[in-house]
Amino acid sequence: MAKNISFKDFDWVLLALCLLICALGTMEIYSATINAPKFAESHLHIKQLYWIVAGLTLMFFVSLINYEVLLDNAPWFYLASIFSLMAVLLFGRKVLGARRWIAFPGFHFQPSEWVKLILVLAIARFFMDVRNRELSLGELIKAGLIVLVPFALVMKQPDMGTALTYLPPLLMGLFLGGMKMRHALVIVLLVGLVTPIAYKHMKPYQQQRLTSFLHPEEDSQGSGYQVEQAKIAVGAGGIWGRGLTKGTQTQGSFIPEPHNDFIMAAFAEEHGFVGAVVLLLLYFLVLMRLIHNAQTAPDRAGAFVVMGIVAVLAFHILINVGMVVGFMPVTGIPLPLMSYGGSSVLFMFLALGIVNNIRMRRFVN
Amino acid sequence: MDRDDKVPQYKLTVVQYALLVVVLVLGYGMWRLQVLHSDTFESLAEHNRVREVPILAPRGKILDREGRIIVDNYPSFSVLLLRDQKRDLNADAALIAEGLSLSPDEVRTRIRKAAASNAADSQPIVLKDDITPNELAFVEAHKVELPELETIMVHRRLYPKGGFMAHLIGYVGEVSEDMLNQPQYELYEPGMIVGKSGVEKYYNDLLMGKDGQRRVEVDSRGREVRRLSDTPAVPGRPLKLTVDLDIQIAAEQALGDKEGAIVAMDPHSGEILAMVSRPTFDPNAFAVKISRTDWNKLVTDPGKPLLNKAIQAQLAPGSTFKIIMSMAGLQEGIAQNMKVNCPGGATFYGRYYRCWVSFLHQTHGVVDISKAIYQSCDTFFYTLAERLGIAKIAYYGSQLGLGRKTGIDLDDEATGVMPSEEWKIRNFKQKWTGGETINVGIGQGAVNVTPIQLTRAIAAVSTDGNLVRPHVAMFEELPSDLRKAALDQTHTTRVDLDPKNWEIITDAMALVPTAVGTSGSAHIDNVDFAGKTGSAQVVSIATREKFKNRADLAQNGWFVGFTPRRNPDVVVGVLFQGGEHGKLAARLAAQVIKAYVDKQRRHEIEMRRAEANGGAVPTLATIQDKYSPPPKQGTPKAATASDVAGNRAGDVDFMGVWHDSSADEHQLAGGKFKARASIAPAQPAKAAPGMP
Repeated sequence: MAKNISFKDFDWVLLALCLLICALGTMEIYSATINAPKFAESHLHIKQLYWIVAGLTLMFFVSLINYEVLLDNAPWFYLASIFSLMAVLLFGRKVLGARRWIAFPGFHFQPSEWVKLILVLAIARFFMDVRNRELSLGELIKAGLIVLVPFALVMKQPDMGTALTYLPPLLMGLFLGGMKMRHALVIVLLVGLVTPIAYKHMKPYQQQRLTSFLHPEEDSQGSGYQVEQAKIAVGAGGIWGRGLTKGTQTQGSFIPEPHNDFIMAAFAEEHGFVGAVVLLLLYFLVLMRLIHNAQTAPDRAGAFVVMGIVAVLAFHILINVGMVVGFMPVTGIPLPLMSYGGSSVLFMFLALGIVNNIRMRRFVN
Repeated sequence: MDRDDKVPQYKLTVVQYALLVVVLVLGYGMWRLQVLHSDTFESLAEHNRVREVPILAPRGKILDREGRIIVDNYPSFSVLLLRDQKRDLNADAALIAEGLSLSPDEVRTRIRKAAASNAADSQPIVLKDDITPNELAFVEAHKVELPELETIMVHRRLYPKGGFMAHLIGYVGEVSEDMLNQPQYELYEPGMIVGKSGVEKYYNDLLMGKDGQRRVEVDSRGREVRRLSDTPAVPGRPLKLTVDLDIQIAAEQALGDKEGAIVAMDPHSGEILAMVSRPTFDPNAFAVKISRTDWNKLVTDPGKPLLNKAIQAQLAPGSTFKIIMSMAGLQEGIAQNMKVNCPGGATFYGRYYRCWVSFLHQTHGVVDISKAIYQSCDTFFYTLAERLGIAKIAYYGSQLGLGRKTGIDLDDEATGVMPSEEWKIRNFKQKWTGGETINVGIGQGAVNVTPIQLTRAIAAVSTDGNLVRPHVAMFEELPSDLRKAALDQTHTTRVDLDPKNWEIITDAMALVPTAVGTSGSAHIDNVDFAGKTGSAQVVSIATREKFKNRADLAQNGWFVGFTPRRNPDVVVGVLFQGGEHGKLAARLAAQVIKAYVDKQRRHEIEMRRAEANGGAVPTLATIQDKYSPPPKQGTPKAATASDVAGNRAGDVDFMGVWHDSSADEHQLAGGKFKARASIAPAQPAKAAPGMP
């Protein structure tokens, strides 16, 4: 099988686009941390480069693994991820009121990030076997359960932001898999009914994030403040931006986490509307390129995997950039390829590896 | 698997369009913030970045007429709580309270009050003033944990010790709500330190500088990143007073702990040389922030220590009013040849009025105007009052400024009362009775004066009718904007006074501090000292007899004196409350007069010496020892051996010219004599007590 694939078929355009975004991201991480006393000694931009190199290595390695093998083992991955999420709840380290990490000697492991990718595979695997034009109710419920179990476990940590990222691959799968219109309506209705009840059971800080999103002026200390400062940063950037390391909101640490969740605000302040639009365009091109790969995928399952990744990526961009411009509440999810962080970088390159494997096998059958 | 199983193409197209919409929406979000509302956010970012900390302007120093420091400033630190920091201030309250030795509840209350007020968030709260070095160190050490704390250097007022000159100086404090609501203070902002009384209030615009601003760039934790620009504070301008510290010190010492007031004034210019009021208070207690209990103590004290009695006490002038009566009687041509027999009292309008001499079981015998003044014969002035009538008395009283404000450059001056028939009808809807006129004749009854009014009135008599506007600021040395306004006001009005009458009154007054007068014990050797005593009843004599031991019912002693007797250089008014007799007040005045003369002579001796040493030609008659009484025969008075031995500086020859009033006609007399310099004169003061 291996001799049937060739790196000539590797999606170099997609990789180039992604590396371009990574470059912008690393540059902004540098700018946002170089003058911050908290990070001055950390050299986060260098660390980010290491992560990118590690990611690239991982990507090429994964691209050699037949995605069908991954799909075949998806149930096992799935089970493993459920167990790891339970382990987090049982043995996880409590940081700022939430158990998200398992501490191993030398490093911390946050399983919920990887579960995203496993869910993409699990959903693709599920729909691989469903060949009807339309989904039956039973299939719908089964598909829902695949996602809702890890969703509930992550909500329990609690980490609503990450939990929400599990839903887009499901919705994408349901859409592509042929969900019935009336089922869709019923789900929308159910969500509408459940949300107020869910709100009641949320942790106070989660409720606050939602209410402060709706009424930012009432909460000038907490997340309302964060959003306000991010908006000020973006707005102050103007059309051309204030220049690298010249944004006062970024440099003065007014933006919370300017190298991480709010990197878009820092980037928009220093590079202006022009920079922000270029970045959005790059993301759009990445997404379009991914969809192109889904179109050329050798089979239904491959297309589902790629589209699942599209859903996760698009959701991250929507929520993260939406949060920075004040359209979305603060959820604390990173901007893929831009934000600092090993998990985020490795996840993206792992996903790229899988996509490339699918692409390289487009002529196999 | 075959290709038919593939995902329908149209669905992927739908996803593509959906993603296009997402990107466009996000792009619009960026457009909205970065293009449409960029200006707003830019200014918000600027506001974030820049912190403005006030640089408080020091108030101007207050100086005496010779430039000696009366009020200075000292540097002190205050802690500000910056409220525009995005922090939960209430959570920090406990730590803040501990470090600044406040109670956490107090800190929280202050935060809540500030939040409830409509002051802008950028307006910091002053948490504590005049902090200790330890508290300053605490704030500096907690810059990271408590970025909302900021210290500023404040120049605080350093006032003289022990309430010295406190009433004239006044004090400063935070501008009150009441003041802010008044139109004349519209430029004041909450939190400003402004003058609250005395010259601190009256000349606040001069003394108060303009605060500057330090603009620094800060990060989100309030750490200073760099300095941007400073608007320097414009310090307040100094205020030069007419007060002479040497005279002021003498007046303060003379009054001591006694209740009352002393005013010393130049009768030609109206310059106040000294002003004392007792009991006094310590304005240093106000320099930081007076505690509620201390304030209540001051306000409820029956002695009213905050009252400047020199301009605010309104009391019956007693016998000092007889000078006004004498002037009225002489100007009206009644008193010149009036002879009254004083058997210890007389009957008017069916009632017997006693003369004070009858309490000593004596009589005055036949009394003319001169004796009536130096012996202060009540019977004479009862009779004169009856003949003049209240209308004439009120006319001359008003001419001499009684019953109206003197216009001194201090706030809240009292008006006093110069009663008349119209006055009584207007205020009491009753007819004036003749008996009341008799009472007014000896400065009792409805007539009420302030020490400054009385001093000014008698100063006018002593200068042949110069009614001055008293003032405490050196008008000539005010900055041009204020000087013009000050000089525009009427200064001196002429009261028509016949020079002959002037001489009669002042000569009689010169006999008051002599053996034949009412205050012989206030006599100062070799000083031409004239004046008039007064002992004013607080209650009727009958009531007085009933409550013999009530100190608050004791009579008030008055004295207004000056030197030399005509065209004096200084007039001193003394109110000695509960002092029983004017002669006790006269002794206090004598101390002030002596200090003045001593200083003047010392100055002149030094001038003579300088001339002698420098070989300058002494000009004839430039230095007349005019404070010495004119020698009767016009013979030069030789210094005695003991005079010379007592003070080596004393043997200085003087040439003198003077009017010899003992002659029948005006005659210019002259002579040469040795002046006796004062024995062990007080050293001139370098600055007010308590100044560095």
